[in-house]
Amino acid sequence: MYRYDQYDQAMVDARVEEFRDQARRRLEGKLTEDQFKPLRLMNGLYLQLHAYMLRVAIPYGTLDARQLEMLADIADKYDRGYGHFTTRQNIQYNWIKLDDCADALADLATVEMHAIQTSGNCIRNISSDHFAGAAADEVVDPRPYAELMRQWSSFHPEFTYLPRKFKIAVIASEKDRAAMRLHDIGVRIVQRDGAIGAEFYAGGGMGRTPMIAPLIRDFVPIDQFITYAEACLRVYNRYGRRDNKYKARIKILVHELGAAEYIRQVEEEFAHMLSVGVEPPREELERIKAFFAPPPFVSSEVETQSLSTMLEANGGQGSAFGQWVRRNTHAHKAPGYVSAVISLKPAGGIPGDATSEQMRVVARLAREYSFDELRVMHTQNLLLPHVAIADLPAVWQALDAAGLGAANMDTIEDIIACPGLDYCSLANARSIPLAQRISERFAETGRTEVVGELKLKISGCINACGHHHAGHIGILGVDKKGTENYQLSLGGSEAEDVSLAKITGPGFDEDGVIAAVEKVTDVYLASRAEGERFLDTYRRIGMEPFKEALYG
Amino acid sequence: MGNARDLGTSPDEVQFRFRDDEPVDHAAVTVDSCCDQTNATAVRIEPGDDARVLLPFLDRLALVEVNFPVFGDGRGYSAARILREAGYTGELRAVGDVLIDQLSHMRRCGFDSFAPDKRLDEEDAMRAFATWENVYQRAADARRTIADKRHEA
Repeated sequence: MYRYDQYDQAMVDARVEEFRDQARRRLEGKLTEDQFKPLRLMNGLYLQLHAYMLRVAIPYGTLDARQLEMLADIADKYDRGYGHFTTRQNIQYNWIKLDDCADALADLATVEMHAIQTSGNCIRNISSDHFAGAAADEVVDPRPYAELMRQWSSFHPEFTYLPRKFKIAVIASEKDRAAMRLHDIGVRIVQRDGAIGAEFYAGGGMGRTPMIAPLIRDFVPIDQFITYAEACLRVYNRYGRRDNKYKARIKILVHELGAAEYIRQVEEEFAHMLSVGVEPPREELERIKAFFAPPPFVSSEVETQSLSTMLEANGGQGSAFGQWVRRNTHAHKAPGYVSAVISLKPAGGIPGDATSEQMRVVARLAREYSFDELRVMHTQNLLLPHVAIADLPAVWQALDAAGLGAANMDTIEDIIACPGLDYCSLANARSIPLAQRISERFAETGRTEVVGELKLKISGCINACGHHHAGHIGILGVDKKGTENYQLSLGGSEAEDVSLAKITGPGFDEDGVIAAVEKVTDVYLASRAEGERFLDTYRRIGMEPFKEALYG
Repeated sequence: MGNARDLGTSPDEVQFRFRDDEPVDHAAVTVDSCCDQTNATAVRIEPGDDARVLLPFLDRLALVEVNFPVFGDGRGYSAARILREAGYTGELRAVGDVLIDQLSHMRRCGFDSFAPDKRLDEEDAMRAFATWENVYQRAADARRTIADKRHEA
């Protein structure tokens, strides 16, 4: 994985000192809170309902054991012994003191980590496919391109006071495991006639006005990659709306101009930028790529084991271990290996939370069984990207002992939920207790396994941090005359078959929405054809049968 | 339409200047006026103005002021780079709600003088200008980037 050189390290160290100085000037009264706010946001410090929250970047979701151990130490030292992994491959600490923040950032810098631009109206942490570097179906590893963007977007002098926040995802497979088209800019690295280039999508997003990003260029030659991104950002910085914060995201600009006009403006700026020469030297991408060379996989057939042989020797498909292997492992490009998902969604638990002890267990497993590599998934889970099939029993036993063995990836228990009213000052309703009750209920009744793949996503307000627009089932918490009310929606997807969910009708109270989720799964089970997921059945039969069951 | 004499900052209001030439000491005109008046040598850009309409007149301009009515409106950063990219070599002055923590980025975008509404602490400002010993991106200041340094022969 990528390693800082003296330059990267000096940049992060300089940032820590800059923030220390800003905090000092704030305390001395030289900065007003209004002036300080964007500065602390750009260092990941966000004021929530009860305390400051610190959001630490995990660029393109990749980290090693030493880094995860530091995240655990920070949870113990400055927070309450746990952290919360987010939908954009970051980690949040919910109980940070302002006075401790610079020290926490300095600790992070010792392991090549930071909280730079994890909030604020700037280019945020670049996210990627969590299976990058491991997936059997990728064209190339997308992370070198994401790292190139990380450097370009860090402390960008022109794009630090954008109209609104700006999120970029970079993937390199037909399959989309990063909600790429629901980002301000989505990039898919592609190969055409043997040459690598980038497909660009712009103007996607969730929030109160969800939009799927249209394709704006089908091939940007890779040696013009940064230049094209710069052109996209400049058009947005100049013409994105600044009169209304709710209409300031690039999706509104692209929508109001029309994709064709936005494309025309970007192309004009792009042609100009090419003449200016902003692209990093070609050798830089090659330098970065070398860091992402595949680990030394054991490739001889004698030493690699097939999944079925290994399962047979370990209790078979039906055992708890067998179910975990079937649910939580993903095909790997190297024979004899899989990627193993570590669920942070125990039934009845808080989605995405991990204790410092759990983080240390995972770090140890990464070191022992996954070439010292880990990933944070946008589904708020962790991942061991490169596990030899023969090692799976040992990995699972250790996970299970640490309360991390839930076999529920992509099931209804694998809920994405925002922090909601338990933490967030923007929220209208609680998300976490609802997620806990739903996963508990489906686990108890044994429904989870019967229903199979079903992505349920919960947001506690219309800002949609819980991705409810993209849920096969989405739940949106609203405030209805002072009481929490939940709107149900169906048919969303953040994947390559991207779509936005539609609202079923009037909302429900907390008990009511849990019953409603069960009812829509009843409709699915009664109507599904062979091999259909919930989403497929919904798309085939439409909203009516579900409405009928809910309100009829 | 304000009084033309009221528009723009005077040399006295400039707190930091990274040029050796004599500053323009007459008022600036609006972008619209600049396009109509063939003798204007100082102009003031507001956030909503298109800096590119000035490109035909760059030869006769000695001062371009870019106004930041609120520091969070970042359009002026693009305006500055656009002018520098087009070869403008005159004074480029950031005026208005210009604060310590924006100075280093403004400098990178091509600003070479600063007239903040409220005078800034000199020491804090000097520290801010020097924050970044190295930079990742190519910008208007023509500094060699980190990637350039990594790969120099």
